[in-house]
Amino acid sequence: MDGEKLEQYRNLATRIRAHCLRMTHRGMSGHLGSMFSMADMLAVLYTSILKVDAKNPEWPDRDRFILSKGHGGAAVFAVLAEKGFFPMEWLDTYYLDDGKLSGHISHHVPGVEFSTGSLGHGLPVAVGMALAARKDDKHHRIFCMMSDGDCNEGSTWEALMFAAQHNLDNITVIVDYNRVQALGKMADVIEMEPFAPKLELFGWAVREIDGHDCEQVEDTLSELPFEPGKPSWVLARTVKCKGVSWLEDTVGSHYGCVNDEELARALAELGVS
Amino acid sequence: MRSAFNEELLEIARKDERIFMVLADIGYGEIEPFAEAFPDRFYNCGVAEQNMTGVACGLAMEGKVSITYSIANFPTLRCLEQIRNDVCYHNQNVKIVIIGGGLAYGALGVSHHSTEDISIMRALPDMVVCCPADIKEARAATHAMIAHEGPFYYRCGYKQEPDVHAGVIDFQLGKAIQARDGADVTLIGTGTVTFRALQAAELLAAEGISARVVSMHTVKPIDREAIIAAAEETGGIVTVEEHTVCGGLGSAVAEVVAEAGLGIPFRMIGIPDTYVHIVGTHEWLLDYYGFSPEGIAATVREAL
Repeated sequence: MDGEKLEQYRNLATRIRAHCLRMTHRGMSGHLGSMFSMADMLAVLYTSILKVDAKNPEWPDRDRFILSKGHGGAAVFAVLAEKGFFPMEWLDTYYLDDGKLSGHISHHVPGVEFSTGSLGHGLPVAVGMALAARKDDKHHRIFCMMSDGDCNEGSTWEALMFAAQHNLDNITVIVDYNRVQALGKMADVIEMEPFAPKLELFGWAVREIDGHDCEQVEDTLSELPFEPGKPSWVLARTVKCKGVSWLEDTVGSHYGCVNDEELARALAELGVS
Repeated sequence: MRSAFNEELLEIARKDERIFMVLADIGYGEIEPFAEAFPDRFYNCGVAEQNMTGVACGLAMEGKVSITYSIANFPTLRCLEQIRNDVCYHNQNVKIVIIGGGLAYGALGVSHHSTEDISIMRALPDMVVCCPADIKEARAATHAMIAHEGPFYYRCGYKQEPDVHAGVIDFQLGKAIQARDGADVTLIGTGTVTFRALQAAELLAAEGISARVVSMHTVKPIDREAIIAAAEETGGIVTVEEHTVCGGLGSAVAEVVAEAGLGIPFRMIGIPDTYVHIVGTHEWLLDYYGFSPEGIAATVREAL
């Protein structure tokens, strides 16, 4: 990958993080950690992978992107604003009275495919979209970004069994595998490891990557499907709240936002004034 | 009634390629013709109702019309959040069909009694709630359901239920159908138990009480005009539903009557606020809970 492109990804990921810091700070809302862990992947997805059109969000042949971890929605709002799906000023209204953007992702916002907020809802709907695309001989792809908590939900397992049964190779799951849940570390709640072999046994083609390595993210997502006839699963190892040193890998960052002093310090760490 | 529903759906699906059936391993002996005719529009999700509903919603988001179909509470309460957040909030064309509302599965026990479904489904914005009273209504309701854009709950009987209506019916969503005219009181029923209201009206006629009988097949949106006309023209209303008295047809009718300021004699015949753990056939349980023609007639007499 050329350095210029990598720089482009890094800059966009930084802007996403800066937006999220300001949005959650202004609204005194939470889930900063969940936004930061997937920021690099969102930068790559919306720059190089997803075939979407900001000027025509309803374009029938667009790739579908479902954020199943709807609590991280501010990061998707940020990247959509950066890509011109709606005016940047909307970000200033996040979580506020009569605001344009809610705490969890909403399909009332241009560019958002589906509203979530309760975990385990994304993958079944993505699977239905994948079935429809195959029936209609359409070649767009369906992406579903999920959290660790999403992987606890029974409905996710219902859907992943069904997707493998029907050989839906037009669907890709990306798990933002930061291994920190709302009440604790995954190891202390429901340990999913060995996760990749488990998924392979369930009939998915799995790749494990570093979700903060933009080059690896781009390379991996450029090789879909990983195996013809199998749905693809990217287990993207990430760090909760990556980019704010004192909040990284902390349970507290799941619900947290930053105060005035921390905002300045966090923006400085990101190199944003 | 379930056979009539499946026949109509099959006919509609022959002309309408948008129709998909998405099941959760229920429907033996009824759904096979659809599965054989349209294998690429038929999906059995296994015993997984949450996924069934999510898949149905995903298909609908791509322009399909999805039918989810199972018995009693399986396609409603088991996956209620998928119905609320996915189907209704996104206002998608998913049609939820249950076979055997109320106490239809009698002796199978509480897990198979769908006795809170009407109130729960009618609480969801954008959901239509429809409980056909007889096979004529069931056939017409199937067409109306597909023609309607948006979420739809269809409560289907599972036997060869008797006709409530003589002759041809004019079925329109949200428009009650009068099965019998009367001047002294109106029995408003929904679903297959409406037939028992009709039988009760005959008993009452023999003793000089003229009871109107109305099939309120659409509980939501409810036919306000028919309710107000019943109150003004007959002076009393008794609702009959095979469902808890908490929040169902009786409550919906009471809301209209109260808001219209009509102080009239009013009673709700339904299942009391309890789980039906006593064991018995469908018919026996209905009699036990006051749905026998004599029981309904007694409630009417008491109301008047």
